[in-house]
Amino acid sequence: MNIPVRHATTAAATKLAIVDCDIHPAYRKPSDLYPFMSARWREHMETFGEHLRQGLSGQLCWPRMSAFGMRADAFPKDGPPGSDLELMRRQHLDPNGVEVGMLMQLSKGGMEERNLEFAAALSHAINDWQLETFVKPEPRLRAGLVVPQEDAAFAVSEIDARADDPSFPQILISPRSSDPLGHKRYWPIYEAAERCNKPIALHVQGYPGGHASTGSGWPTYYMEEHYAATTGMQNTLTSLVFDGVFERFPRLKVVLIEGGFAWAPALAWRMDKHWERMRKETPHVKRPPSEYVRQHVWFTTQPIDEPDNPKHLAEVIEWLGWDRLMFSTDYPHWDFDDPLHTFKFTMTEAQKAKVFRDNAKALYGLP
Amino acid sequence: MKVPIKGGIDCDLHPAQPSMTALLPYLDEYWRDQVVDRHITRYSFNLTSYPPNSPLSARPDWQHDASSDLDAIRRQALDAFGSRYAICSVLHGAVALFNEDMSMALCSAVNDWVAKELLDREPRLRASILVPVHNPERAAAEIRRVAADRRFVQVLLFAMGDAPLGRRIYWPIYEAASQLGLAIGIHAGSTYRHAPMSSGWPAHRVQDYVAQSAAFEMQLLSFLAEGVFQQFKSLRVVLMEAGFAWLPHLLWRNAKAWRGMRAEVPWIDRSPAEIIREHVRVTLQPVDTPKGDAATLAKTLEHIGSDRMLLFSTDYPHWQYDGTDALPDGLPEAIVKRILIDNPLETYPRLREGAQISDNASNSKEAVR
Repeated sequence: MNIPVRHATTAAATKLAIVDCDIHPAYRKPSDLYPFMSARWREHMETFGEHLRQGLSGQLCWPRMSAFGMRADAFPKDGPPGSDLELMRRQHLDPNGVEVGMLMQLSKGGMEERNLEFAAALSHAINDWQLETFVKPEPRLRAGLVVPQEDAAFAVSEIDARADDPSFPQILISPRSSDPLGHKRYWPIYEAAERCNKPIALHVQGYPGGHASTGSGWPTYYMEEHYAATTGMQNTLTSLVFDGVFERFPRLKVVLIEGGFAWAPALAWRMDKHWERMRKETPHVKRPPSEYVRQHVWFTTQPIDEPDNPKHLAEVIEWLGWDRLMFSTDYPHWDFDDPLHTFKFTMTEAQKAKVFRDNAKALYGLP
Repeated sequence: MKVPIKGGIDCDLHPAQPSMTALLPYLDEYWRDQVVDRHITRYSFNLTSYPPNSPLSARPDWQHDASSDLDAIRRQALDAFGSRYAICSVLHGAVALFNEDMSMALCSAVNDWVAKELLDREPRLRASILVPVHNPERAAAEIRRVAADRRFVQVLLFAMGDAPLGRRIYWPIYEAASQLGLAIGIHAGSTYRHAPMSSGWPAHRVQDYVAQSAAFEMQLLSFLAEGVFQQFKSLRVVLMEAGFAWLPHLLWRNAKAWRGMRAEVPWIDRSPAEIIREHVRVTLQPVDTPKGDAATLAKTLEHIGSDRMLLFSTDYPHWQYDGTDALPDGLPEAIVKRILIDNPLETYPRLREGAQISDNASNSKEAVR
């Protein structure tokens, strides 16, 4: 979905500076990370590369519908979309009035790497690289602290080491984990997140974590795999609730990014119903699941759902809570949502302020 | 609320599964020897998805001895709801066996047992054909064999199995069903060939059960994306015990996503929402909107955007509601009759016929060694 380059004056006309909760940076080439890695891991990367849980090493097993799943107009002269800060400013941050942009670095951060020593090296490198390449030169941008969830001990050390750095307002782990994220092996990460008062951000992941995308195996088409991101998010939220994560970590905040949100009220009702019937099995879940969801979970907007009757989406947001939805564009990906055209129904000024800016500012403690 | 009119059609009812001993007369000599000699008769064939004592599997006031099952069904499920027909689905664990031959033999025996022990004895009952999906050609042959008895009105598959059900390897099953006027019923449950979640194996049964709806969503997508509904234009897929509050999001999301991805699936020639509303049906229980919240129920139905999709079900004896309140409070009066009668009749062509009972159904069994 390509749009003409918008002039900076358009943003001024909307009079609302926005927080974009999903922007994807990229390195021009993998060796951009080398300055942040030891010789041992540079050599490993050159010789062996990443060791993932999928059959192709050069691309994803469900090829995307456009080049790398990117907006065709977002390619800089040199390198992939998202790698040129100047273009990102000119094409997105300036014209769309982005006051704060939350970076989502999805690959080469170790979340999907099988060799956990290498994963730790990648995680540390990608976090330093985000700081040097984007956050320091562009004060509007914030990094997500990428940590490999499968090595909780390392993840905790990385979180603790950067606990006081406001450049990293949230912690990224993969919802395509090796076990459902409610599993106790991940609890040290939640404990560390609670300790430094940073949300856990779960962005949909292209790389599997060792399990099929559906309970009935692997889908055929990208159209299915694209949707499986939303069922996977439902799975992850179910696990967090019923494994008692929110009961054990009452101050934990979780952000679900690019996983949709219109399913969330229905999932919460479903969990409530079956929790009530089966509650002897999970006595550690003390309150109806919907209460934990309402209290602990935030959602981003892109890709926005577009019912035939736009009012229906407004009704879903009523169920979800206007204070739990945060605007995102997914720049520079192909299914980018344009802030001027995302919502097809009329929002009040107060609703608009919450979704486009204030909910995120409150959650992340942004000035 | 209670069912306000008589003559409803209950599209999801579960008889107790027959013991292996009860199935012996329906097995040939080879399989009788196999199951006896290997002590397979001594242990249950319950699916892990439905532990017998779990509150979900058996409502406390509906628990009874297997030997009195048909009487209990008559009294508690048919009379109590005034149903004209009820479609039985025996959730038998034979489908979870890896041995294709044994799975096939046991499923055939279950089908023949259902015809003789249930359908012959109670004229209000209809049934689903249990088939394993290991070998779709053999599944189709079993469907053709059993379907000679027109009291079998659908094919029974499970929400989580070997592979997404829209895959073309499974099309012989849909071809047979289409030709024979059978619906494809997909019931909650897993053979656990894959983890129930895309991030693995959750700790609790309640999580597996909640995750069923996500599995149903992905099955629908599989049918849609593979082009099953283009190939088999009259096919109806019935999602059983799936819930329905998740439908609006699936319809909205895919109507939109298709606009960006239709080049990958060029046979999809109109909005996925339209195709799904035409071909897919969902049984009523479990109602997964909040209990007693008529406004939310009404909005959810409006979001689904069709009054044709829901089929009445008691889900007997699973515990989804209390008493005889098999309809959710506040269900708009205008659609009560649709859900109870019209939609099931439109979904199952065989229910529109008088009950014609084939006299050779149980004699045409193929050797399945």
